[in-house]
Amino acid sequence: MTYLMRRLATFPLVLLGVSILVFVAIRMVPGDAITAMLGTEAGLLTPQQRQSLAAYFGIDQPWLVQYWRWLLGVFQGNLGISVTYGRPVLDVILERFPLTLELALMSMIIALAVGVPAGIFAATRNERPSDLGVRVIAMIGQSTPSFVLGLLIIYTLSAGFGVLPAMGAFVPLWQDPLRNLGQLILPALTLGFAFAASVTRISRSAMLDVLSDDYVRTARSKGASARSVIWRHALPNALIPVVTLSGIEFGYLLGGAVIVEQVFALPGLGRMVLDAILQRDYALVQGCVLFIAFNFMIINLLVDLAYVLLDPRIRLGEQ
Amino acid sequence: MRMVRAVFSHGSGRIGGAIVGFYLLVAVLGMVGLTPHDPLAQFRIDRLHAPSAAYWMGTDLFGRDVASRLMVGVGQSFIVAFLSVAFASLAGTVLGLAAAWLGRRWDGIVMRVMDVLLAFPAILLALLIVAVAGPGTWTSVVAIGIVYTPIFTRIVRGPALSLKAREFVDAARTFGSSTHYIVTRHLLLNLVAPLTVQVTLALAWALLTEAGLSFLGLGTQPPAASLGLMLSDSRKLMETAPWLMIFPGLAIMISILGFNLLGDALRDILDPRTRRSPA
Repeated sequence: MTYLMRRLATFPLVLLGVSILVFVAIRMVPGDAITAMLGTEAGLLTPQQRQSLAAYFGIDQPWLVQYWRWLLGVFQGNLGISVTYGRPVLDVILERFPLTLELALMSMIIALAVGVPAGIFAATRNERPSDLGVRVIAMIGQSTPSFVLGLLIIYTLSAGFGVLPAMGAFVPLWQDPLRNLGQLILPALTLGFAFAASVTRISRSAMLDVLSDDYVRTARSKGASARSVIWRHALPNALIPVVTLSGIEFGYLLGGAVIVEQVFALPGLGRMVLDAILQRDYALVQGCVLFIAFNFMIINLLVDLAYVLLDPRIRLGEQ
Repeated sequence: MRMVRAVFSHGSGRIGGAIVGFYLLVAVLGMVGLTPHDPLAQFRIDRLHAPSAAYWMGTDLFGRDVASRLMVGVGQSFIVAFLSVAFASLAGTVLGLAAAWLGRRWDGIVMRVMDVLLAFPAILLALLIVAVAGPGTWTSVVAIGIVYTPIFTRIVRGPALSLKAREFVDAARTFGSSTHYIVTRHLLLNLVAPLTVQVTLALAWALLTEAGLSFLGLGTQPPAASLGLMLSDSRKLMETAPWLMIFPGLAIMISILGFNLLGDALRDILDPRTRRSPA
């Protein structure tokens, strides 16, 4: 409990640091938000119009005042108004987040469904050709950048089968589940491949470690079947590093997979932040980064707590 | 020399070492200009020429030789990767050692700053830095360097803290060794093994991040060649000229594979705990 409290106590501090860093960084990007928003039409604005637009978005004040106002707003659940969308930042984020969440979940499901069995398979056939085969594929998977794999998938589909991935306007899961899955399956496979490769490698090495432990040897000598030794005795302990890796990776994916979203033209969180940076949409960049950092920290905390559930010997916070 | 022999007697090390060695050769040839053609020369008559004896990897939309551009691109990617990892490992080592040695308030400050940087998704932090400083090779070096500094700080701080509490450090202090001597001789020398492994693996990430930034148009700027940029440009011509995508894609993948294999081998050799079960 004390550990949890200590971890939670660092949250505001880190988030404050993140907010200051992003606030200052985005304001150091050359150019101003009004020009970025209106493009060449910004030249048609009179100084008064420009001034009132800046006042509307609150960017006419000194930095300290802007930051203080923004911070006060954050505490009230108001992340400001996006210059690009002309709507509250939180609304815009919550509109994009389901896609990012769904993509991250699908990638993780693919990674775990493929990676854990592959890792166990390889560990139980240690140093045999099948183990080597799994290791080679996992190493290639871990070394293939998502954009290379994404482009290869698109190319294979279009050149080999004459089909193109379902792009166009994104359809949420609750509107048309089939079309939604059709749109997300290829990006999820792209992200899931490298993720599965990492899961395979870590499951294999964790399983190998556990299989040589004394308690597993005891279980074997008591006549437990090979299946029972692997699935009942060894797996729960071998899963601990898998949980850590999956949690951290999932946390990263919740921040949006900028490049895969770009390759598959998906309107996710990552691409929105990229566009917001290029558009100098201060409030949107600040809101998104804070939202992503918060999610990342929560996921990391949940991963730590999951240790205790998986291994009661671990007492968090003790050296 | 013993290290090189150990790497080459390790299965992954041999393959990884050979790949990295080959890429280094290609990068050097690309940088000194020993390419089959001028990477910027436009052979208008041979635009989108498929791979042939004259153009080993074909030509692009402007009739530029893909193989020559690829060689220059590999050189470019390696410069960014090596410099950014040098930056990150140096900054991370200094910060990690300072945090561990000075302890208390300094440790708290350094590690909280690193927590802030780690809470940022790596590519977004790099994007933000590039947006501030403007795209280009040096910006990529600094952006990737800053993104990976927290990882090195953590890698150094943990073991440095436990080394600091060891008897031989106490003994050195008792004998009147200077702080500088203890930190460089007793702490740093003992950290060489984990740092070597991390540097090799970080080179793979740095190559990946550099290619990602260039792919998004925020790394190396045209007309200079870069693997990510070549891949990004290939998207529109994927069906008519697949070689524009396949060669840079494979080049990025195999270079990352080489560093990953080498990193794994070094980990097996230098870390006795993993020797039993190489992943």
